[in-house]
Amino acid sequence: MNILFFASLREQLKTDQEHWESLEGITSVKELLKHLQARGEPWQSALNNPKLIVSVNQEVVNPDHPLSLKDEVAFFPPVTGG
Amino acid sequence: MVVIQTSDFSVADEYQLLQSAAPGKTGAICCFVGLVREFGDRPDIQGMFLEHYPGMTEKSLNKLIQQAQDTWDIHSVKVIHRVGTLQVDDQIVFVGVGSSHRSDAFAACEFIMDYLKTDAPFWKKELSKEGSVWVEAKESDQSRKQKWASLLKDD
Repeated sequence: MNILFFASLREQLKTDQEHWESLEGITSVKELLKHLQARGEPWQSALNNPKLIVSVNQEVVNPDHPLSLKDEVAFFPPVTGG
Repeated sequence: MVVIQTSDFSVADEYQLLQSAAPGKTGAICCFVGLVREFGDRPDIQGMFLEHYPGMTEKSLNKLIQQAQDTWDIHSVKVIHRVGTLQVDDQIVFVGVGSSHRSDAFAACEFIMDYLKTDAPFWKKELSKEGSVWVEAKESDQSRKQKWASLLKDD
């Protein structure tokens, strides 16, 4: 599974992506978020944002969306293009 | 057609492409261009940095174009969005629509631009002497998008 971070979130976390070889028992976006936040700072604060958007395979999803090892997951703030 | 690029674009060239896209059928072309202002969330902006999510950006813009084609009678659509570092007065975004009728061209062009603002994964950072700050998403952009909801056939 690939996990991507964009814009202000990328800067706060000081990383733009990570690759997982195993899901480590995680089955949903909600659980992934909880797992990442458990790493402590800056993860805990940066991901504790109700406005944060999550996409799986480039489609916006809700926190209950299931995850599989071949997924591309991305976390990002509300978009501001145009 | 969707193009994401760092380089500038020529509205004249894009207009010409739209003009020749559907010979004999095009009665109206509507073009929108967005530029970098010297003021945004803060005054004295010197430039803008634009980031996007490669792959998802193209996917979401192509979906908008498809929705526009399902909703209005349009022949040709071109969306260009620049990324990277831009200066004040630089062109950021181009949306061009060719149609047989002006009402369809105007509506589809505005629809694509309104949805691009809220759905396409781009992020802007304002650059000024005091530092750089990510632009906050605007509630007004969400309300502009809402007005189209009842028109869409598949949304």
